[in-house]
Amino acid sequence: MIPKSGYRFSEKIMLQQSQMNMSIRFEVNGRAVEVEVEPRLTLADCLRHALHLTGTHIGCEHGVCGACTVLVDGAAVRSCLMLAVQAEGATVLTVEGLSEDADLTALQKSFRKHHALQCGFCTPGMITTAHALLSEEPDCDAARVREVLSGNLCRCTGYIPIVEAVLEARAAYRKDPA
Amino acid sequence: MKLPAFDYACPTTLPEAVQLLASREDAKALAGGQSLVPMLAFRLLHPALLVDLRKLADLRGIRIGENGVTLGAMVRWRDIEDDRRLTTAHPLLKAAVAHVAHYQIRNRGTVGGSIAHADPAAEMPGIALTCEAQIAVVGSSGARVIPAAEFFTGALTTALAPDEIIVEVRLPPWPARRRWGFAEFARRRGDFALAAAAVFYDEDARGRAANAHVGVIGVADRPLRLPTVEALLNGEKIDPATIARAETAAAAAVDPPEDIHAGADYRRALAATMVERALKQAAA
Repeated sequence: MIPKSGYRFSEKIMLQQSQMNMSIRFEVNGRAVEVEVEPRLTLADCLRHALHLTGTHIGCEHGVCGACTVLVDGAAVRSCLMLAVQAEGATVLTVEGLSEDADLTALQKSFRKHHALQCGFCTPGMITTAHALLSEEPDCDAARVREVLSGNLCRCTGYIPIVEAVLEARAAYRKDPA
Repeated sequence: MKLPAFDYACPTTLPEAVQLLASREDAKALAGGQSLVPMLAFRLLHPALLVDLRKLADLRGIRIGENGVTLGAMVRWRDIEDDRRLTTAHPLLKAAVAHVAHYQIRNRGTVGGSIAHADPAAEMPGIALTCEAQIAVVGSSGARVIPAAEFFTGALTTALAPDEIIVEVRLPPWPARRRWGFAEFARRRGDFALAAAAVFYDEDARGRAANAHVGVIGVADRPLRLPTVEALLNGEKIDPATIARAETAAAAAVDPPEDIHAGADYRRALAATMVERALKQAAA
């Protein structure tokens, strides 16, 4: 049981640090959302906790592991290094929004086919990053795939099957699929 | 961990941004957030107010003209990567920026943010120093221009006043025939450099180096020029013998700190090798 004085103390701290909550609007996976957030809330936490889009994983929480990668206005970014309030007016795409139906996308199927995941923790970040890359550069080579994915850590696969999966998925991103 | 609490403002004009920064002690400008947000996550900073510069469209341009290349403070690495004009207008900048961080971070990180953060191993401060950039800032007491040589005063420490915002970084004109090289060593591409070197020089009519500039990062508490190496190169033909002497001089010119990533001797040897490789590129 916390004494009453304890509550008062914490209330005081809260008041001193009390930040205005801000109401922000943006689009997630084609859906307009409005959420009330503290300025300090990262976009990653906003997606997971306010919008219950838990496909976006949080690994290191300081921009090293890449697990939290989402697309903001078409560009892959680390959602742990972006404040939710900075997403005001933006279009956000998470791993949940990649497929337009109940099926997996070609990229996701390619990951399955090549065993490009084991524990799956890094997978959402790998998929979103690779999706951003292939959307812009469907003809990229293995060196480019490796360079782009160098910002995403995987502790299971050794990366080789991930690179193979991304390379095979290139065809699905070409305007005239081969 | 979760970020400490702060207030947030997103002004639409530069004067408003300056006013906000001056309005509170411990107010801080937020550019791309790729260094600042990790600092917050580590609880190394507890700003009372973050002033987001993302709506300041005037800070986003890349201007190329007779006066050289001017990079707005909110220019992102990706913008530099995508700007084909820079391949000729400032190839050294473009080559160095290719080493900045990873894909996702390049989509957010900014020139001004990197300069203000002043990590001793960061590429942009190194390029600014090596190229004698002028850093234009504005604060509540007005605008001023700070030469890069006076801007970086220590690790993560700069001449920027708390209420000042970097507006642009001006790189002097780049002659078309200038020789240059950039070499960096990091365990994984995109990670911070253990050491890197940027070099350039012009050639006189006899093919000898003039106006040599040699800069290194990752070997001190700030980016460094190496005047002894520059003096050695000027007036010489940049052949293997000169490059070998430059490498030795570079090793003697730096006194790197030891840390968890590399010992002092290793870092010194790396810095010298990076100078050697950059000079080989330049002379090729």
